[in-house]
Amino acid sequence: MLKHILTSLTGGPVTEAAPAPADQALAELAGKLDKAAKARLGRSLSIREVDAGSCNGCELEIHALNNPIYDLERFGIRFVASPRHADVLLVTGPVARNMREALVRTWDATPGPKWLVACGDCAVSGGLFAGGYACVGPVEEVLPVDLRIPGCPPRPTDLLAGLLALLETSAAR
Amino acid sequence: MYGEEPLFGLLNRIGTPVEGHRPWPRYRLGRDGWLRLIEGLAGNGWSLLGLWGEPKAVHAAFREDFSGDVAVVSLDCPQGRFPSLSAVRPAANRLERAAHDLYGLVAERTTDPRPWLDHDAWGVRRPLSEQPAAPVPNPGPYTFLPVEGEGLHQIPVGPVHAGIIEPGHFRFTANGETVVRLEERLGYVHRGVEGLMQGRPVAEAARLAARISGDATVAHSLAFARAVEAALGIEVPARAVWLRALMAELERIANHLGDIGAICNDAAFAFMLAQTSQLRERVLRTADACFGHRLMMDRVIPGGVATDLPERGAGLLLELVAELRKRFPPLVAIYDGKASLQDRTVTTGFVSAELVTRFGAGGHVGRASGRDQDARRSPGYAPYDELTFEVPVLTEGDVNARVWVRIREVEQSLSLIEQIVARLPAISRGLDHPSVPLEAGRGGEGMALVESFRGEILTWVRLDGEGVVTRCHPRDPSWFQWPLLEAAIGGNIVADFPLCNKSFNCSYAGHDL
Ligand code: SF4
Repeated sequence: MLKHILTSLTGGPVTEAAPAPADQALAELAGKLDKAAKARLGRSLSIREVDAGSCNGCELEIHALNNPIYDLERFGIRFVASPRHADVLLVTGPVARNMREALVRTWDATPGPKWLVACGDCAVSGGLFAGGYACVGPVEEVLPVDLRIPGCPPRPTDLLAGLLALLETSAAR
Repeated sequence: MYGEEPLFGLLNRIGTPVEGHRPWPRYRLGRDGWLRLIEGLAGNGWSLLGLWGEPKAVHAAFREDFSGDVAVVSLDCPQGRFPSLSAVRPAANRLERAAHDLYGLVAERTTDPRPWLDHDAWGVRRPLSEQPAAPVPNPGPYTFLPVEGEGLHQIPVGPVHAGIIEPGHFRFTANGETVVRLEERLGYVHRGVEGLMQGRPVAEAARLAARISGDATVAHSLAFARAVEAALGIEVPARAVWLRALMAELERIANHLGDIGAICNDAAFAFMLAQTSQLRERVLRTADACFGHRLMMDRVIPGGVATDLPERGAGLLLELVAELRKRFPPLVAIYDGKASLQDRTVTTGFVSAELVTRFGAGGHVGRASGRDQDARRSPGYAPYDELTFEVPVLTEGDVNARVWVRIREVEQSLSLIEQIVARLPAISRGLDHPSVPLEAGRGGEGMALVESFRGEILTWVRLDGEGVVTRCHPRDPSWFQWPLLEAAIGGNIVADFPLCNKSFNCSYAGHDL
């Protein structure tokens, strides 16, 4: 055990360099963040993840952001346990109708200023589940979306690039 | 009890075989036959493999555990009613409730008639029946089972939990710190997969199958593909068969690594998660380099596989195996030697052998409680009949045993990958037929049992002559594991729930469909 911890301590960081913030995401976000929000948030974001009908593939890649290789927290971005602590809701899934109310309530419980990121093809467009009796479709049909990160599921680097864009935009003066 | 009437003995007496159902027979029963079946089920070793509905019929699948015989039984129910199996097979209850919510089939004399998938939010009742109805009148709030007693209090949790986790509702009744009862309410991520599959060509339905549960995308795709291939009597190219097994084992390793770390993390030992999540990432990157997708989604398709291993693939895989062989055992030693971890996992979340057998629970949940069952071995499918592997079985039935089953399975899968890489047939890649080659007018019914990292998946499919899915039922292993989680937490403290839950890691999406 001790040996292992020592190797971990002396082996240098395993973290990889971050991708550049996604250009497309920067463009999508431009103008969406008002001054008050920028002043309030600075360079940190708290994210509450909401699964609104995902197959859990998106969740696996969101989890990966927390591993030491992507290490999301080094950017000041962290996942929080309650919407009341969050600046951002990261929503996955084609909004299952059974989850619609819970999603809206979670959004209502998030204090402003707040943003909503649609993560994955399902959340962006409804994916393969659009048009069925059980799903609403894209998240934007239920709540206003500030940023879309497509992919099925998006790779951790895509997620990171999108979230960094959000951070950049919110911190810009 | 074995020695009573064998499964086929009874079915041949009470039912008539149906043509064109492969590879196992399907029997049509009359109402009397169905009642006779229920009697027969009361005292023997047949486990329920699945139960699913259609607008005017209900089907159930069984395995005689001793002989490995598998059969499907069907009952026409023109009035939309059938005698319930839930009294003799409690695992049938939630499946019957799902069949009711989707098809309007009423299970007579059921042990629990409450709705399950229908949360009164679809804007329609029995959406897959012949005549879907408007949802009036509103049935009112869901009733949880009553709990009475001095000093009891309830803790409702979810559907939105703390953490990055799928949605579901847990209703704990506790006495102080001790959980007296847990009741689950699921169905929040019901996306209507079965309904969306109907009327789709197999290639499109396969994409839906890949998204039933993202962590088991290879296994669900494989189960769907094999069911379709059985229905149509298609031979898959040899290389594709081996590539499929390769992907399935990579998926198993990646999931077990992630879960082992997550369980330790919930026991406040974050070091382990930091280590195993690096190893998991290493597996996903190799999968990406070999198959072009980190989770290998849409790579197993009916008729073969969608991508072949690149030239450097074999080398990458062997490097991966070598690295995991080096880096995983020291972590296992730490897990085994850490008193603070053992204190949390040993004897926590106990599930008895009797219960896993009654529910027919598979995967690490069943095998940690002594149920020696693995679909790769029985009924078995290619190429596993040509590979050497052990199925680890323990009897302690606690969180620790479930962790150890997973550790041993990682080791087995590493060896399987080595064997597959060494013996991968060189020719006939299965890429020449990216979709199923269909002969006009040929349809049929097929079923497959596939071992995912969490247990046995059953997929049943019926195709018309045009290769269009008319009915498909994928049954995730979670159906038979979720109920046991309720039992596992009883008598433990509330704070141990995350540990129990993680050690099961049932799928919400796979269960809710
Ligand atoms: S986008 Fe893909 S991975 Fe994400 S929830 Fe939808 S189907 Fe699953």
